[in-house]
Amino acid sequence: MSQVTMRVWRGDANGGDFQEFALERQEGEVVLDVIHRIQATEAPDLACRWNCKAGKCGSCAAEINGKPRLMCMTRMDQLPEGPVTVTPMRTFPIIRDLVTDVSFNFAMAERVPALLPPPMPEDGYRMYQEDVERGQEFRKCIECFMCQDVCHVIRDHEENKQHYAGPRFFIRYAELEMHPLDTNDRRDYVREEMGLGYCNITKCCTEVCPEHIKITDNAIIPMKERVVDAHYDPVAWLGRKIRRRTKRTASEASVQPQP
Amino acid sequence: MTDYEHHDYDVLIIGAGGAGLRAAIEAKQRGLSVGIVTKSLLGKAHTVMAEGGMAAAMGNVYPEDNWQVHFRDTMRGGKFLNNYRMAELHAKEAPDRVRELEQWGALFDRTKDGKILQRDFGGHRYARLAHVGDRTGLELIRTLQQKVVSMGTDVYMECKVLRLVHDEHGAIAGAVAYWRPTGQFVTFGAKSIILATGGVGKSWKFTSNSWESTGDGHAMALWAGAELIDMEAIQFHPTGMVWPLSVRGLLVTEGVRGDGGVLRNSNGERFMFNYVADMFRAETAESEEEADRWYEDHSAGRRPPELLPRDEVARAINAEVKNGRGSPHGGVFLDIGSRRSAEFIRRRLPSMYHQFMELAGVDITRESMEIGPTCHYIMGGVKVDADTAATRVPGLFAAGEVAGGMHGANRLGGNSLSDLVVFGQRAGLGAAAYLEGGSGPRGFDRGEVEAAIVQATAPFERESGENPYDIQRDLQEMMQANVGIIRNGPEIEEAIVALETLSERVRNVAVAGGRAYNPGWNLATDLPSMITVSKCTARGALERRESRGGHTREDFPKADPEFGTFNLAHSVADGRWDGEFTTVRSPLLVMPDELKALLEEAH
Repeated sequence: MSQVTMRVWRGDANGGDFQEFALERQEGEVVLDVIHRIQATEAPDLACRWNCKAGKCGSCAAEINGKPRLMCMTRMDQLPEGPVTVTPMRTFPIIRDLVTDVSFNFAMAERVPALLPPPMPEDGYRMYQEDVERGQEFRKCIECFMCQDVCHVIRDHEENKQHYAGPRFFIRYAELEMHPLDTNDRRDYVREEMGLGYCNITKCCTEVCPEHIKITDNAIIPMKERVVDAHYDPVAWLGRKIRRRTKRTASEASVQPQP
Repeated sequence: MTDYEHHDYDVLIIGAGGAGLRAAIEAKQRGLSVGIVTKSLLGKAHTVMAEGGMAAAMGNVYPEDNWQVHFRDTMRGGKFLNNYRMAELHAKEAPDRVRELEQWGALFDRTKDGKILQRDFGGHRYARLAHVGDRTGLELIRTLQQKVVSMGTDVYMECKVLRLVHDEHGAIAGAVAYWRPTGQFVTFGAKSIILATGGVGKSWKFTSNSWESTGDGHAMALWAGAELIDMEAIQFHPTGMVWPLSVRGLLVTEGVRGDGGVLRNSNGERFMFNYVADMFRAETAESEEEADRWYEDHSAGRRPPELLPRDEVARAINAEVKNGRGSPHGGVFLDIGSRRSAEFIRRRLPSMYHQFMELAGVDITRESMEIGPTCHYIMGGVKVDADTAATRVPGLFAAGEVAGGMHGANRLGGNSLSDLVVFGQRAGLGAAAYLEGGSGPRGFDRGEVEAAIVQATAPFERESGENPYDIQRDLQEMMQANVGIIRNGPEIEEAIVALETLSERVRNVAVAGGRAYNPGWNLATDLPSMITVSKCTARGALERRESRGGHTREDFPKADPEFGTFNLAHSVADGRWDGEFTTVRSPLLVMPDELKALLEEAH
């Protein structure tokens, strides 16, 4: 049986370094299996986050040979020969070893104005498959936050985290915007508070999405168009001034509906 | 006395899967202060792995479906060991619980006329599972998560609860926990606690369950004075992946069979026709032609035997492999590629397609999958009152997989996601009613807090001792071998002895490093729960000298009507995790005649 060398970053907020582990290669293994074997033998305190080990929960994202991947879906035999480097996601603060503090994402989730549907008829809402499919694509998101990790706006500029939701939440806003039942208008809010304009559509997020969601083409670009329509289309602007609004404006939209 | 970070709530919910989140919504809507504690990040609980769908008799595809038929299917699937009242409430309320999810943003697949589409699953007479492709659990947890977040709820993520704390009269007063990122302890004062901690499957070697399923809630309830029932009833899902070895046990949704997939042995034979039990003969197809007609129109033929309840299918696969008709890696073949178009498979079963392609290099639109039984679910759990989810400990409630009774001896696929929302909501209501009654703790037993912390930190004090991973591995191998899918008396007795040895080893576990995000230490604090629930499972398995649902004894291969009249209930007197357990026969609730009549109808 051949050997594999793992170079795993270990440390905490105060710094750290790579530790090397040499193990026997086993058939069919993914990176997470090898990390687990290290934990069970040489380093029981090696910190890594994981849950389902089936590509469904998005917990085990890390940078493998410098590229964000799910450790549970990356087969060892598909990586190039030589040592395999595993490092934590760079955009988020380190907790320990491969575990990062992803609370930025949960804070952004709290700022999403909720769905505002009309009252439900007794036998449920009627929606059609073609209308729910656009939103269903975005709801495939497993919140691994790798799209956030690769996004230059926050990867290289910590200060932008205050006013930039990032690709994971742009698909959430797109999903709500395209939701057949929603009556809440978040277009100005996404532009003014959530920094949609910072995205310069380099598609790095789309490339790393393990669910193959077309984040840029199907969510961000359509959202940019809708935001522009909301703002600069003089007919729409005039219409908003004259007609009674059925959708809410940004300031209202930022208020959560009461339970 | 040390001071710890402390928080107070009306309702503390332990576990953030479907049941915990639904309970939180209900309690919040009643104006109560709510805290949720979860071992993982929000949105990662085991619910996220559920694939096929949630069962609810909405009648959107077959208008003749109704709660009575769903109730009957659930009781028959559970081999009549169920708490009938839970099965009744579940069948009646599941449709409303599914529909309300759409108010909160869920987007289910649709029928042509715009209603929620429903799919076929094992043991359900009609197509009944609301679903989103094969990622229904993700849709459920994300919807509830987003609702909970929009309500401004306190969520303690990556926080592990060690023990429940009582007041001076034995009522629930709170809990003691630690933050996994820092290892710092935290205490919660709570007027009521809802356990929603999921299952126990991590104690078996081949399992679809994640690291979290260590039976914490089951064990904490037992230690706190509640009873556990039906702990021998473990569901081995018929279709887990068997190869590569590293993914052995990973779930393959029953939706594959619901959408037309069939099981074959190494001779290419659809062997399930040879395994139809008398109880299901009248409603099961006799030929492949008849079974295939049924997929198109349920009135044109009877159900394919591949869609018998899970216990039946798992035993059949086990027998085929044992008799030398298995696949190269010790499973059987699940074939949908030769029966449905590639486009259909990729649309209906996208994650299965992805999972096999990425992890096994198998294209399921062209090749058969190799599958075999995997430990999936525990029917048993905390004994609760059906209407309120209350345990016998004042202020303690339980909902979801951690609660027992709803599914009897075997759970039907799709009945778990609906269980979560039906009884999650009822637990929220139950806690609210308990608090309205003016009940609340008087005092907070600091002694229990200190004892739990001493026990949790002891592994750091030992100079030398055992690696917790070694103990976990030995436990998993032992439970797989001795209390697995097919059991017998001598092997279970061996397991009971082995569990005493493992307890001794847990008392000698040692951990290196610090407390901050230390998985070895985290596992060391999970081991007492794993041993406790495994002991209950082994004791129940020994005592139940019959075969019923998820409990199969080769030395007692038939169901015994006498054993069908009671659950086995476990308790521990002194609250110690390694204390003396008591196991008694607890009679089933007596079913009203009008419900009995539903079970006796021909279909």
